[in-house]
Amino acid sequence: MSAVTQDTAVRTGRITRTFIYVVLLVFALFYLLPFFVMVVNSVKPLSEITGGNMMALPQVWTLEPWRQAWSTAQVGVEPTGLRPYFMNSVMMVVPAVAISTVVGALNGYVLTKWRFRGDSILFGLMLFSCFIPFQIVLIPMARLLGLMGLAGSVPGLILVHVVYGIGFTTLYFRNYYAAFPTELVRAAMIDGAGFFQIFWRIMLPVSGPIIVVSVIWQFTNIWNDFLFGVSFGGTSQPMTAALNNLVNSSTGVKEYNVHFAGAILAALPTLIVYIVAGRYFVRGLMAGSVKG
Amino acid sequence: MGFLDIRNVTKSYGAVEVLHRVDIAVEEGEFLVLVGPSGCGKSTLLNMIAGLEGITSGDIAIKGRVINNVHPSKRNIAMVFQSYALYPNMTVGQNMTFGLEMHGVPKLEREKALAEVSKLLQIDHLLDRKPGQLSGGQRQRVAMGRALVRDPDVFLFDEPLSNLDAKLRVDMRTEIKKLHQKLKTTIVYVTHDQIEAMTLSTRIAVMNKGYVQQLGTPKEIYDTPSNLFVATFMGSPAMNIIPAKVAMVNGVPHAEVMDADGKPCHLRFDQANLADWAGKEILLGIRPEVITDPEGADRASRNIQSLRNRVTVTEPAGSDTFVTMTLSGKDAIARMRADATVAPGQVFDFAVNMEKAVAFDPKTEERIRP
Ligand SMILES: Nc1ncnc2c1ncn2[C@@H]1O[C@H](COP(=O)(O)OP(=O)(O)OP(=O)(O)O)[C@@H](O)[C@H]1O
Ligand SMILES: [Mg+2]
Repeated sequence: MSAVTQDTAVRTGRITRTFIYVVLLVFALFYLLPFFVMVVNSVKPLSEITGGNMMALPQVWTLEPWRQAWSTAQVGVEPTGLRPYFMNSVMMVVPAVAISTVVGALNGYVLTKWRFRGDSILFGLMLFSCFIPFQIVLIPMARLLGLMGLAGSVPGLILVHVVYGIGFTTLYFRNYYAAFPTELVRAAMIDGAGFFQIFWRIMLPVSGPIIVVSVIWQFTNIWNDFLFGVSFGGTSQPMTAALNNLVNSSTGVKEYNVHFAGAILAALPTLIVYIVAGRYFVRGLMAGSVKG
Repeated sequence: MGFLDIRNVTKSYGAVEVLHRVDIAVEEGEFLVLVGPSGCGKSTLLNMIAGLEGITSGDIAIKGRVINNVHPSKRNIAMVFQSYALYPNMTVGQNMTFGLEMHGVPKLEREKALAEVSKLLQIDHLLDRKPGQLSGGQRQRVAMGRALVRDPDVFLFDEPLSNLDAKLRVDMRTEIKKLHQKLKTTIVYVTHDQIEAMTLSTRIAVMNKGYVQQLGTPKEIYDTPSNLFVATFMGSPAMNIIPAKVAMVNGVPHAEVMDADGKPCHLRFDQANLADWAGKEILLGIRPEVITDPEGADRASRNIQSLRNRVTVTEPAGSDTFVTMTLSGKDAIARMRADATVAPGQVFDFAVNMEKAVAFDPKTEERIRP
C-alpha cells in the first residue's frame, strides 16, 4: 500500500523516457548555446572573431578581454572598465535585498499573526504594487528622490528598489506564514515573548526556505534592473547601465571579445546565486504555496 | 468567591454572541472540565481565561484580581494546546524553559525546574531532541512539561489528548489524573469527550450553543442531569428517553409506557411531586445500566420495578451485554451482566431501578425536579 502511495512520480516506459530526455537535452542545448558563444568569444583575440567563425574554439587563449572589461575598457567617456559600476551594483543590491526581505518578513508576520481591522485591504494594496509597471512611477519617483536629496545616488536607488520589492517580499512571507500554526505564536505569548522576540526566536528560525526565495527574487530583479539604474543612477550607475555604455560606445572599433566578457561579468552574480541557492528556491516556492 | 472566577462573561464576534453570561467559580485545586459538542464555545472560553481572546462583557478574576486587561504572560497561567504547539526549532529542554527565560528567571533556577519536571514526566532522556524527533505521546508530555515548569496558578488544557490514539489516550488520561492528585493544581480542561470529562474532573460544566447547561460534580451531572441535552450528551450508550404518561395507581404516580406489543406497563416513580403531572405526557429518562435482569438489579435500591418486554437485539460486548427493546415505540437499551441469558425474540422480565429514573418536561426539556 504505502509503497504505491509514496511513489508519486509518473511511471513511464523506456521509450517515453528516452523521448523526454532527448527533448530536455535539445532545450538545454538551445539555452546553453548563446552562453557557449559568449564564453568562447570572450577568451579569444578580437582578430579571431572579426576574421573567422564565431562558433570555433579559440586558437590563442587569452584572458585579456576579461581584464580590459573589468578595469580599462572605455565606459562612456572614462576608461575605467566595469569595476566601479560593479561596486555600485553591489553597494546597491546588498542593502536593498536585505531591507526589502526584512520588511517583507515583518509585514508577513503582522499580516498573519497580528491581524487588525483592514489588514486584508492593506495586503491587497501591497499586492497591487507588484503590478504597477516601472515606467509609470519614473517621473513621480524622480521628483520624490529630488525632494529627499537622494537623486543620482546609491541610497536613492536602494530606496527605489526597496519600495518596489516590498510588495513581492510581503506576498512571499505572508503566504508562508499563513501556513505557520498560530497556536505557536499564542504559546509564545503566554510564555511571555514579545512582538519581536516571537518573530526572532520562533518565526525566523523556520523561515529559511522563504528567505531564500525572497533573496533570490530580489537579487536577480535588482541586479538586472536597467530602467531605474539609468534613470536614477546619476553618477553612481549600476552594472547594467555601464554594460550598455560599454557595448554601445560609438568610438573606435567594436571589441566584441571585451563586450562578451563584460556581459558575462554582469550576469555572473545572479548566475552564482541561482547555482548556490536554486534548489531552495523551488522548495521554498512550493512550501509557500501549500496553504495561504 | 473562588480561586478562578468567571463572572457573567459573554463573548461576541461582531453581532454574533457565541458565549452567553457564563458564570463559574473554580475553587483552588479543582479540576474543572468544560465539555460540549463542537462549536459550543469551550475553546473560546478557555482562550478568554488565557487572555488570547478579548472579553466582551463580564469579568474573569484569578485569586481575586480581575485580569480582563492583563497580558497573557502576566496572568500566571500555562496552557497546553491541542496541537501541543512545541517550538520546532528548539530542543525539548529549550521548549520547556523558554517561558522561564522570557520571564527573566536565572539560568540556574531554570535548569533546576527543568530537571525536576522532566524527571516527574519521565522525559529527562529526551531533553536534547527536537520536537520532530518525538512520538505523539512524548510530544504530549513535553507540552505538559512546558506548562508545569512555569508553576502557574491555573493550568489550561485545550483537548490535549485528542491527537493520540485510543490506547495512549487512556494512559495519558490516568497520568493527568495522577499528576493532578499529586500536585493539587487548579486545572481548567476542555474536551468534547464525555468519558474524559467524567473520569478526570472534580466538576464539569456541560456547554451547548454558548450556554453552560449544567455545572456540577460528575455524579450530579450523571445522575441528575438538569435537562435533556445534558442527559443525552453525558453517558455512553446515551440515556434512554422514553415518551411516557404519568398515571396514578393507588394514589402514587407511575410512568405508563408501552411494551413492544403496545400494551401499557406501569413503573412506579419515587418522585412524589410527579403527581402534579397526572394524566400528562412526560419524557422518562432511564440510563441503560438502570435496566437489568432481575439478578443483576441493584440490591441497595428500594424501588426495583418489573418490566416485561420482548428483546429485539442482543449485543455482547465482553464485560456487558447490551439488549435492545422497543418502549413506547422507541428503541431502549438495557445493560446486562455478560452472563445474563437473553435471546432475540424472547419475552423477558427486566428489572428497572426507578430510583435512578428522571423525568423531563417535554416542552421545556428541563428536568422535573423533586
Ligand atoms: N474569530 C471568530 N469569528 C467568528 N466566530 C467565531 C470565531 N472564532 C470562533 N467563532 C465561533 O464561536 C463558536 C465557538 O467556537 P469554539 O472554537 O470555542 O468552539 P469549541 O467548543 O472549542 O469547538 P471544538 O470542539 O470544535 O473545538 C463557534 O460557533 C465558532 O464558529
Ligand atoms: Mg475547540
